[in-house]
Parts: sequence; C-alpha cells; structure tokens
Amino acid sequence: MQPTEIYERIKEKFEDAIVEFKPDAITEPYLEVKPDRIKDICEFLRDEPELAFDYLMCLSGVDYGNGTLGVVYHIYSMKHAHRFVLKVKVPVENPVVKSVESVWKSANWHEREAYDMFGIIFEGHPDLRRILMPYDWPEGSYPLRKDFQVPEFYNGMKIPY
Amino acid sequence: MGLLDKRFENENIVITTVEDVLNWARLSSLWMMQFGLACCAIEMMAASASHFDIMRFGIIPRSSPRQADLMIVAGTVTLKMASRVKRLYEQMPDPKYVISMGSCANCGGPYWEHGYHVLKGVDRVIPVDVYVPGCPPRPEALLEGIIKLREKIRRESIVKKKLPPVYVEEK
Repeated sequence: MQPTEIYERIKEKFEDAIVEFKPDAITEPYLEVKPDRIKDICEFLRDEPELAFDYLMCLSGVDYGNGTLGVVYHIYSMKHAHRFVLKVKVPVENPVVKSVESVWKSANWHEREAYDMFGIIFEGHPDLRRILMPYDWPEGSYPLRKDFQVPEFYNGMKIPY
Repeated sequence: MGLLDKRFENENIVITTVEDVLNWARLSSLWMMQFGLACCAIEMMAASASHFDIMRFGIIPRSSPRQADLMIVAGTVTLKMASRVKRLYEQMPDPKYVISMGSCANCGGPYWEHGYHVLKGVDRVIPVDVYVPGCPPRPEALLEGIIKLREKIRRESIVKKKLPPVYVEEK
C-alpha cells in the first residue's frame, strides 16, 4: 500500500487527530498527528489486517530548536512490505507524548532513550528511566537538547576538556 | 642488567641487588587486566594473537584484577565506565602499571569537545605510566608502549620517587 492510501485509511477513522500530511516531503512522506492520539492510531495501524504494521523500525526524539520537541516513528509491515512515518510535536515546556510501548514492545527502550536524551515524557510507559546516561546524572539535564550545557563536574570528575 | 654477569663458575649462586632482581621479575611477567573498552581493544587483541604475540614479553591476559600487574586502558572511557575503571585499578595489587592506549584514553580523542559522556583522559582518574597515541594505535605501537614500560620498570628504585609517565612518539 502506498503512503497516500495509508493516510486515507487513517483519515477515515482519526480525522480529528491529524495535524498535517506531507506526501512530497524530501525524504519520505510523513503524517503529523496529535501527541495524545498517537497510541490509538498506532494500535489501529497494527491491528487493521490490510495495514498490519507489526514492526516499529525506529523511534527517535528530535529537538527542532524553536521550543518544540518531537518524536518520529518509522513503522513497517512484514506482511505487506510497506512502510510509513508518523510524527508528533510537543512544546518543550510540557513534552508529554502517549507511550506506544503497549503496541510494540520494542518501543520500550527507544522511548527510554528519547526520554534520556531529550526529556520527552512518555505517558503510560511502565519503566521510564534513563537508559544511556548514568542514573545519577543531573535531573533535567538532557544531552541532545539544543540548549544543553555540559556540567562542570560529574561525581568529582571534570567533564570539559 | 648484570644479573648473569656476576654468576660464579660451577656454582648455583648469583649476586645481584634486590632492586635489580625485583625489577627483573616485575618486567618479565606483566600480567595484564583483560578488558577492552572500544575499538582499541581489537588492536590489543591483535597484539595478543599469534602474529604480534604479546606473550613473548611475559604478558598473559588475566581476568581478575587481583592477579594483574598491568592495566591497558584500550578505548573510550565514558563517565559511566570511569568509576568502574578506577574501582578495578584499586583492586589490583601493588606494584601496578597503566598503559593508556589510544587517543580517547589519552585525552578524549574525537570526543574532546562535544563528548558530554566521555572522560577527557583516563589520567583524570588513575595514574598513567605510558601513553600510546593513535586512533587506534597499531599493535606495533602497543608493543612499543610495552617495551617502554619495561624500560621504565628496569629504571625503578625501591627508595626513590615514582618515575614520570613515558610517551610513545607518533611516527
């Protein structure tokens, strides 16, 4: 199925959740949806037999640099061999996105990484801890954010060169 | 060295100094802590394989820090790993030696500016005896580092202060 057809299927059911569909995006077509509806849409995409998106290829966090954070979902169907991209955008003051961990188990660590690097809160995640940085890394310090400043010391070790 | 020069004819007696015999014993069987942190570890493994044969220097990889004399820090020391490296170093019995292998362990390497997660040089947590530059250094460079360390141990004294670190020159 082509991305436009997949978009039409989503539109039938989740008209109110759609923010923007870009069929002519530079890399590949994507659909931006509201952050509190992402889980419902993902569940639909997985369970609908004609879509059958059974594989979350990648879940990445993004800092757009203008006070907006985002999450990008690359999903794939092993059965039909088609792919699709979903995006959500959230304000940096309140970066809350619904977790898709209950839809695809592989989202568990991906979401922990997005939380660790960008501070995006995934609502409904069973175990939202840091995954790459140490557990005692300063609260509210997220390394891949544009405004991140390296702390002077960590556990008595000087970090800057 | 002089160890064999002063051997008495037809007798099983050797005259030497305590320092000489201690240094000789130490430099001849440097058991190394078996661990690697990044791509430098691959070169370290190559150095211990048959082609470069690190064992001809009496170096045997040892899996326990309690029975190791030499720690080769081969790779990027992340902040998370730094406290573990320090703990392992503290668990090694004296006398103990450290070779810092590769740019990352020497000074942070490619992560020196934007590496929020990398310790900029392992010498910030443990004292280093020999620095081996390279990214990653070839096994020959590591072998030269080991030879430099052996020379350094040979010059050691029980009463004098610890010798300063040695640098393997980039060629």
